[in-house]
Amino acid sequence: MAAAMSYVHADVENLKATELRLGLPGVEESDKMPSPPSTPRAGTKRALAGEHREVEPKAAPPAAKAQVVGWPPVRSYRKSCFQQASSKTKEAAPAPVVVKQEEAAVAAAPPAAAAAGGSLYVKVSMDGAPYLRKIDLKMYKGYRELREALEAMFLGFSGDAGSVNPSDFAVTYEDKDGDLMLVGDVPFGMFMSTCKRMRIMKGSEARGLGSSKE
Amino acid sequence: MGRGGARDGAAAAPPWHSLPDEVLEHAFSFLPAAADRGAAAAVCHGWLGAERRSRRRLAVANCYAAAPRDAVDRFPSVRAAEVKGKPHFADFGLVPPAWGAEAAPWVAAAADGWPLLEELSFKRMVVTDECLEMIASSFRNFQVLRLVSCEGFSTAGLAAITEGCRNLRELDLQENYIEDCSSHWLSYFPESFTSLETLNFSCLEGEVNFAVLERLVSRCRNLKTLKLNNAIPLDKVASLLRKAPQLVELGTGKFSAEYHSDLFAKLEAAFAGCKSLRRLSGAWDAVPDYLPAFYCVCEGLTSLNLSYATVRGPELIKFISRCKNLQQLWVMDLIEDHGLAVVAGSCSKLQELRVFPSDPFGAGQVLLTERGLVDVSASCPMLESVLYFCGQMTNEALITIAKNRPNFTCFRLCILEPRTPDYVTRESLDAGFSAIVESCKGLRRLSVSGLLTDLVFKSIGANGNCLEMLSIAFAGNSDLGLHYILSGCKTLKKLEIRDCPFGNKPLLANAAKLETMRSLWMSSCSLTLGACRQLAEKMPRLTVEIMNDPGRTCPVESLPDDSPVETLYVYRTIAGPRSDTPDYVQIV
Repeated sequence: MAAAMSYVHADVENLKATELRLGLPGVEESDKMPSPPSTPRAGTKRALAGEHREVEPKAAPPAAKAQVVGWPPVRSYRKSCFQQASSKTKEAAPAPVVVKQEEAAVAAAPPAAAAAGGSLYVKVSMDGAPYLRKIDLKMYKGYRELREALEAMFLGFSGDAGSVNPSDFAVTYEDKDGDLMLVGDVPFGMFMSTCKRMRIMKGSEARGLGSSKE
Repeated sequence: MGRGGARDGAAAAPPWHSLPDEVLEHAFSFLPAAADRGAAAAVCHGWLGAERRSRRRLAVANCYAAAPRDAVDRFPSVRAAEVKGKPHFADFGLVPPAWGAEAAPWVAAAADGWPLLEELSFKRMVVTDECLEMIASSFRNFQVLRLVSCEGFSTAGLAAITEGCRNLRELDLQENYIEDCSSHWLSYFPESFTSLETLNFSCLEGEVNFAVLERLVSRCRNLKTLKLNNAIPLDKVASLLRKAPQLVELGTGKFSAEYHSDLFAKLEAAFAGCKSLRRLSGAWDAVPDYLPAFYCVCEGLTSLNLSYATVRGPELIKFISRCKNLQQLWVMDLIEDHGLAVVAGSCSKLQELRVFPSDPFGAGQVLLTERGLVDVSASCPMLESVLYFCGQMTNEALITIAKNRPNFTCFRLCILEPRTPDYVTRESLDAGFSAIVESCKGLRRLSVSGLLTDLVFKSIGANGNCLEMLSIAFAGNSDLGLHYILSGCKTLKKLEIRDCPFGNKPLLANAAKLETMRSLWMSSCSLTLGACRQLAEKMPRLTVEIMNDPGRTCPVESLPDDSPVETLYVYRTIAGPRSDTPDYVQIV
């Protein structure tokens, strides 16, 4: 019985090691105990994973680092400036940087906006509105401008401007994982790279969620 | 004490213990340091009364350590007050919104008890527009408002200040989140208003009326500090400088434009006129071609803050190398090792260096290593304060740095990836950080990072005799680590710990120590509720706050002793438990 149990356990671990993901193997989301990227996670690889050897990390540090909350200790205020600064740096950066990113086949962190250039259109729906709109996220420098643009766009649907109460709305978005997130929590650059579509929630669902912080 | 003759001589001077208050107060006015005044107040009741009645400056390092009314009652003559709110880790997003630290009770108490208040400074607090309106209307001689890392107010509140504070000298807004309601706050300064000496609105996101700003700058002949925001274009910076050549400190705002030779000439001429300029900062999406416009002021600069500047390369380095009298340098790691080597060779008077990560989550393409810090610490004999973000470190480098610079008072090293070992030997960095604390006997502030075991804490506990603030993350292997710190470090005031395997035992064993400290923060460690309850019961003059997931709000009373505690924040207070905790904070 115990042997069977341990076989199942090993199987589950094995599954994890061989699971197909867009990130590099060895990089995991739940990072309570992250190990330094330069030491390969030998323990999680089994002999059976041999056929996946070609995706093992190369000498270059993995680009998609799991992000721990509040680490590195950089002020939130500074972080939002950096996101914009680093996307500019990436645009201006010499070729080798871009090549490494393509090699790593990253799905997460670096702002998609920087690499792509051009525009970043996402659909925006509002509860109760008859049709959706599309906006180009790259047109906006930050959350404040985005919010103003959304208000201007959807004002007509809520009757007259005077009756619009900001706390009755919550601006949310669907991120890469399909989760519904409240707009405004993460730095704007990070938001741009993870936002797939937006939804303006109204009424009782939204009450209390809507924040005028930004 | 009494000499025989003076004691019973009727015509002799009165014994020192019955000096009239005015004399005592005058004597105390020569003790500006709060610690000295506190010591004087502890001598006897007479001195206590004289000291507290004459205290002019009050610094409240934790807004919950005392009730605002009590503070105002105790020190009725205060002219300048500084209050700090949220714990330091709130800067890094570890404290959810609506945690507390409202400025309103302090403003209300001050309005009541300190009508002659001239200066108010808030850090990491929630300041509302109503607070600002109250400040503007309650203190007829209000002169200095400083808000650092605050939130909750808008430009409407600023308008109340500019309109209402007729004697305003300083409006200093540092890294606040300000809601932008309108750009007219600047226009509310009356045309007759000329007393401004400091204007810092660099953190404001919105537009300001440039014509109004220009007129303001023209008529305020005592303006020494002007820090612009990113909305001011480059050519306007030049014309402002021409109006205010007496500036000592300038924040240039965005400082970016395509290169035009006539704009360059304008800037160069404007800077040439600023003979008093000593401190320079700005966001500097700077086109490197503009940097030579600053060359004429380089020699005079003592402080350079390029920590928001994305400019890099040889022009940056050439520019910094001309600043031979620099005492304070804040840069991004875009300066890289070879840039710091140049700094080491050029800036021999450097006292403070901060190097920030340009890409905190990125793939580490920047060539900044331990080498840069070694070079600077070797060649800058006055260097005493360092904040350094980098990707790698070795014990050898730290030992060299410690040997070169025993005069460090502040050493904060952040290796970007948690638990990174010495990249050459693969060992922990215990030896390196131990060397730092052993060598730098005057060290007051320390932040450690990289792979560290309990041993480094043994060293810190034993050698950190002046240490006041210690920050620890992803370090240690057992309770022993925390025990070494709490049983050592005699002068420790603030301890902040995250993601370390420290548990209940050292906390309880050193409970009394916590009352000698200002505060303790522990998040993602191995604490349980039972220990926190015991701590709270044992130490009634501490407030023991537990933070859970904002989503989970079951009352703490219902949870068993072995429930894990995600975040613990403990601080000493004479005000008892606070009453403004949000759902996710519970006081045991």
